[in-house]
Formats: sequence, structure tokens, C-alpha cells
Amino acid sequence: MTEVRLTVNGEEHVLDAPIGASLASILRERIGLTGTKIACNEGHCGACTVQIDGTPTLSCITLAHSVRGEVTTIEGLRDHPLVAAFVRADAVQCGFCTPGQVVSAAALVAANPDPTVEEIRHSMAGNICRCGTYPRIEEAILHWRD
Amino acid sequence: MARLIRTEKEVEGRFETVWIVVEEDPLEQWPAGPRDVVGRPAARKDAAERVRGEARFTADIRLPGMLHTAVLRSPHAHARANKIDLAPALALPGVRGALGPGEVMGFEAEAGYAGAPVAAVAADTFGQAHAALAAIAVEWEQLEAVLDPEEAVERKLFAADPVHYERGDFERALAEADVVVEGTYRTSVVVHNSMETHQSVCEWVGDTLTVYTSTQYVWGVRDEVAEALAIPADKVRVVCEYMGGGFGSKNSAGEFTFAAAELARRTGRPVRCALTRREENTAAGNRNATIQKLTVGARSDGTIVALGGEYVLALGWGGWSTQTEGPLKMLYACDNVRTDRYAVKLNMPPMKAFRAPGFVEGTFGLECLIDELAVQLDIDPLELRRMNYAGSNDGTPFSSKNLMDCYELAEKHWERRHEVRARSDATWKRGVGMASQVWFGGGGPPSYAWVRVGSDGRAQVVTAMQDIGTGTRTAMAQIAAEELGLPLDRVEVSLGDTSRGPYATLSAGSSTTPSMGPAVRAAAADARRQIIEIAAQRHELEERVINVQHGLAISSDGNLAQPIEELLENVQILGKGARGPNPTGMSVLTFGVQVAEVAVDVETGEVRVERVAAVHDVGRIINTLGAQSQVEGGVIQGIGHTLSEVRLLDPETGRTLTTSLDAYRMPTIADVPEIVCEFVDKPDEHLTNLGSKGLGEPPIIPIAAAIANAIRDATGADVHELPISREEMLRALEAAQRKEPRGAPAAV
Repeated sequence: MTEVRLTVNGEEHVLDAPIGASLASILRERIGLTGTKIACNEGHCGACTVQIDGTPTLSCITLAHSVRGEVTTIEGLRDHPLVAAFVRADAVQCGFCTPGQVVSAAALVAANPDPTVEEIRHSMAGNICRCGTYPRIEEAILHWRD
Repeated sequence: MARLIRTEKEVEGRFETVWIVVEEDPLEQWPAGPRDVVGRPAARKDAAERVRGEARFTADIRLPGMLHTAVLRSPHAHARANKIDLAPALALPGVRGALGPGEVMGFEAEAGYAGAPVAAVAADTFGQAHAALAAIAVEWEQLEAVLDPEEAVERKLFAADPVHYERGDFERALAEADVVVEGTYRTSVVVHNSMETHQSVCEWVGDTLTVYTSTQYVWGVRDEVAEALAIPADKVRVVCEYMGGGFGSKNSAGEFTFAAAELARRTGRPVRCALTRREENTAAGNRNATIQKLTVGARSDGTIVALGGEYVLALGWGGWSTQTEGPLKMLYACDNVRTDRYAVKLNMPPMKAFRAPGFVEGTFGLECLIDELAVQLDIDPLELRRMNYAGSNDGTPFSSKNLMDCYELAEKHWERRHEVRARSDATWKRGVGMASQVWFGGGGPPSYAWVRVGSDGRAQVVTAMQDIGTGTRTAMAQIAAEELGLPLDRVEVSLGDTSRGPYATLSAGSSTTPSMGPAVRAAAADARRQIIEIAAQRHELEERVINVQHGLAISSDGNLAQPIEELLENVQILGKGARGPNPTGMSVLTFGVQVAEVAVDVETGEVRVERVAAVHDVGRIINTLGAQSQVEGGVIQGIGHTLSEVRLLDPETGRTLTTSLDAYRMPTIADVPEIVCEFVDKPDEHLTNLGSKGLGEPPIIPIAAAIANAIRDATGADVHELPISREEMLRALEAAQRKEPRGAPAAV
């Protein structure tokens, strides 16, 4: 067990964890932030996306002990206008991938408040949605400030 | 009064006759068209909690002292574990329990596929459980593995009795036909890959077991677990408030649930058993591969006179023989039809229902064949489909069929083909193709709902159904709000718990809305009648002059307009409703047509889908926004099946090669075309008090053939195999070059 220090959604957490523990597992199992989902646990689907200093990051393949910046999870973005935009556009079916979609989208609009369709498709291509809500996600991001 | 009736029940194209008890179902259907709440767009009732990451899925259930399970799986395609020693695993740190073959349902000494569950270990952490698997010593005896479906047919290794169907005189009609087209079509194994893997958490309190599980059927899990553990069904409570996708793969409890329940019993601790993504791709079900040898004969005027099909279904170690020939029997008027279906049992991961099982595969073959016939006859494919329109289902009248309306709505999309083709260049050839769809989706009894109206003037629909992400929770709220005359934001739906409401149907076979909707409307109508009775007594009015609208009890003379929360004061009302039977002697089916526009790079074989128009006839639409999402989702999943998804096995060992989501390629947002979605939106006047059919499956059915037919339009090439990989595309292009030029479209 080795100490890990994390700042998550503005709160500091100091805890002991084995070297090799993923950021996703620490968030979910130790801090209780289950909004971050694990769907593949090997960095292929995007469901576990969090931001580290604003950059979308796959938390299931990020070692918790290696994290230096501020972590933002879906719980830190619950009041983001994207949430209402996703609801309005029906950009959610089963909802398992959706928190990761919102975290990725929030990073996109922070860097580029008026993304084109092509930019949305480029930035969001790492977040798989098996229900196929993609057209709705595109619409939600296009109209996120409405 | 309770009424006992005998009725036919259908799920995923499988029929059985059952006795059911229904209450009287006297409600007239609402007139067609949008109403106050029904037939309008509604944001999902549970969207915010899902988007905000608050929804608690089975994957998020954390109980005090909970153990984690790892499953030992067969490395061989066919083998018997002659000896297995769990003791070394049980001695490892953190390990609390283990079970071996024969100790719980689904764990067998004979492993029929690489990935078959053999033993399970529960430990404090998943890491400990997983590490303990290596300590289990197994003495395997390898058995002969059969992996080739055609060999299995020859050896008669059938998973189910072969099915022969015949009407008219196929041979004679074929001999007399002016044109005969034959083709062999192949579809591949595809995997559901729901984002939430199959998983359960089981906890015993006294002699009662609570099962938190990611399922499409809480009541089915309840019965299966009770049977597996030999306990009464009412000692099993099944909870699934949110679930992360199923697509047919989560219709039954699964051995992971039985293992969790049994290990929880042995250890006295809550136990979680969750499949990893790699297990999900190996042992959680799939759509089976098919080989379809199809024949069509037609007169030169376009009349189809003979249709024949020989189908081989490569099922794997488990699964069932789907009605793959269904579209060929049902979609067109044809007096002479002959089909044979052989479902073979192979040493591969088991098949499970996957979104319109059988009809997705069968429609690909049939609708490609019909398009090839259109080319031979030099008849417009849309016109050919209209000419051979089926007026009945093999003599049984349809409860409603508006496919002709679909064709009319599709015309404007079909007209685009001239302009689309004209945008071709030397490398990228463009074209437009279409395919039709028939499927079930009528739902049926039994299903029950309660509606509680409280003194706060709000209503709660209570029923133990589940919303697997399709938006049925919202549709049920809309139906209740409409009937009760309440705004949608004053209706909530309580679901996903067998101990918290009456029996409800499974969420499969496009049946949830048509099964549950009428029960919810009946319950809401019962509650509404009681509100009117109370208002009549309170205000000394005749019941017939009172209506409930916009949350008010109002009299026809306008003197009474009382908010129902004021009227009800301390009263709580409970309305009850049951799903009535389907119309007897009628075929309840869904229909549709899709028009796809594609671009094919003739140098590399790359295929891009650029636009899809989907026009469907599923009776009354409840939520126009949610319906559009369902169609888009089905089309996108179908594009994956058509172009990129395939489960690959090592032909030597039978082991799954595509176990991760980089190897198994599902569509991303970058692969999605423009999707235009239209509905006929005519209530089925013979079907229930609602006239609604299901929509979960229809949109995925025609897309593969529509894409293949668009490829033919663009290039003249006949693709016959799914997925249409670059290899298959280049093979088809080469074959097209070799054959005689024919009087059909092709490139600019």
C-alpha cells in the first residue's frame, strides 16, 4: 500500500492503495464516485473518461499514483449546461456510457465553445455508445448553450 | 371481474398458447394523431440521473462485506474436466468460497466451448479471486470439437429438429418461371457488447434472496433463480432499476447469477459476479452465423411465383433455432414457397437472442435476392416490391399493415438516387438501395399495472417492468398522464423490482410498449373513473358530466373546475389494469422500409454509408422523440453488423480472437450517416386500447440489405456476405467485372 493524493472535483483525498490501482477503481471503490463507469477496463470504450486538468483521460488505464493534476469527474460536472442539453436532445438511452460522453464533451466545449460537426465527431470518436445515441449526442453538443 | 381466456403469446417470433386471466378491457382507442401528451416529444423521465451519473446500475451496487467472483473457463472448445481440485484456491488469501462443476446450474464438467464456465471463486477483491483461478488444478480430457456448420449438417448434429415449410408447388412454379435468381448469402456472428457487462449481486437476508442484476426480465430471473436454488419463487426478489443495455442477451438469469447466489449462500456474504469485457465477448451470447441458399422465380412482368430457401444456423453450444425464413415467407405475396432450416450445435460460444433474431439475418438474404431479381427483370426495385405486396400472412389477415404508406413516404428518398449516382467519380461510386422489413412486435398478455393518485394530485405508475434504456418508463408515464388528464411532470413510474409492483412482461421482442402500455392505460382509466365518482359525490353531479383535464375535475357546464389535489384531500386512489388479449385470427406485425445511400471506393473496397432514410409502421407512436432515438440506434447498430462487426474464432482451437473492443469493432460517432426517420403513425385499430406496436427491433432489420443493394446500385457488384469487409467488397467488384454486363444502372 502506498499513499495516493488526489484532488477530485476540488476536494483533496489522501488514501493508501496498491501500486497499479487504476484511477477509475480508486474513484469508484474508494471515493464512492460511481458516475465514472468501467465498461471495458482496458481503454477502448471511453465510458471511464474523466478530466485531468481539463484534458479527457481514460481513468481505467491511468495509474492512480501517477495522477498529478486536478481530476474532474461527472460528479463535478452535474450542473454543466451539457447535462440539460443531453436531456433535451434525448442523447441517452441506457445511459451507461453517457457520463463519459458528457465529460469528453465538456472538455471539447471548454476548448472550443462552437465546435463544428466534424470537430465533434473527431473529439467524441473515443466514446462508444452501443445504443447508438450518436446523432442525439451531436445535436446536444451543437446546441449545448441553448 | 377476472376473466379467464386462452390466447396465443409470441416472443421473438416464438408462439405458444397460454391460459391467462385478464380484467375487462373495454376502453376505446384514442383517435389517431398527437394528443395532449401521447404522440408528442418527451424528454426521458430518467434522463437527468443517467446523464449526471447518479443512476445506480448493477455495476454500481456496493454492499457491506461484498465479495467478488472470478470464473474459471474452459480453454478448450470441447473438453471434460475429469478431476478438479478447488482446495488450493480456497487456501489463498482473501478467498471465501468456491464452487465447481455440477454444483450450480450452468457450471458443467463437459465444456462445450472455449469460455464455458467450469468453476468460480469468491474473494474479498476481484484481484484475489482472479489470482485464485490459477491455483485450481483441472484434469482436462479433450473431446472432438465441431466448428464447421456445413460439416455439422452432414453429420446431423442438430440443436433442434430441422424445420420444413411448404405452401403451393415450389418446383413446378420455379420450372414455369421466366426468370430465376439464386444466391448464397452468409451472415457472421456478432456480439451484443452491451456497455454494462452481464452481472449480478446476490444477498441473502434470512431465507430470502435479493438479486440485483442487469436484466431484461426481472420476473424471469426470479423464476429461474428459484428453480436453480430449489427455493420458492416468492423468496427471490429481483431488482433492476437501471441497466446498461441488453439487446436480447439479458433475457435470462445466466450462470453468473446462479454462481453469485450460491456463493452468497455458502459464505454468508453478499456476492457480486460480473463478466469482464473479454468474457462478455466470449461467453455472453451472440447472434448466430447463417448460410442461406435462396431461390426466387418470377414472371417477366415482375410477379414473384416461387420462393425457396435452405438455411443453416450455426448456433454454438446453446441457443435456439430462430425463424430465419420468416421474412421470405411473410414479406411478399407468393403462392409457392418452400423452406428448410437446419440449426446445428457447434463447439462455439452459445447463441442468444439479438435484436430481431433470425429476421435480421433472413432479411439480408431475401432483400438482396429481391433486388438482384429487380436487376434481372429490369424493374424498379420499389415498383417490384409494390407489385408483390402481401395482402395477408399466408391467409391470416393482418391486424394492420401500412407498408404501402411506408413505400409512399420513402419515394422522395428513393428519388434521390439519380442525383446521388451523379456524384460518383472515378474512385468513389455512389448509389442508393432499399430494403423492406416485417417483424412481430405486437406484445401480449399477461402484464399488469397499478396507478396511484395521491392527495398531492400526482400519479405514480407502479409495475414491475424494467426500462433497459429504450425509454419505456417515459412512454408509460405519457400514457398514464394522457388518460388521467395530468401534465407529464406530475406522473412518475416505479419499476425494476419484483417486490414493488405486479407482474410485467420482459423487455424483449419489441413487446414492452405494446404489452405494458395497454395495462398502464387501463389502470389509469380505472383511477380516472374513481376520481370522477368522487367528484360526482362531492359536488352532487352526475358522473357523465364530469371530466378530468389538465389536473382539474371539470363539469361540462363549466361550473366545476377543481384541482384534483383539492378534490382528493386525504384520499388515495388505486387503479388497476391488465393487458387484454391480442386479436384472434389476426397476424400482428410491424413493417417498414429503409433507403440507404452509400459511397464505395472501388480501389480499396471501403464502403461509407452517407444517408439512411428509415420509414416504419408500428402503429401509434407514443413518444416521437424517443421513437426517433430507437430508430437511429437500431440503424447504427445495424450498420455495425453490416460493415465492421464480426466475432472471429481461431479455426484450430475454437477460441475467440476478438475479445476486446479494439478487435471487435462497433460503430463510433464518426461512422454515423445522416439518418432521417419517419413513421406512418396509424394506430392498429384491432390491437388493444392503444393501437401501438413495438419499435425496438424493426429498425435494425432492413439496413444490411439496404446497404448491400445501394452497393449494387453504385457498382453493379453483388455482395453476399456480412460483414461487407473490404475483402468481400473487392471480391464482389471483381466478380461483377467478370460477369456479362446487364441492363442495370452501375456507375456514371
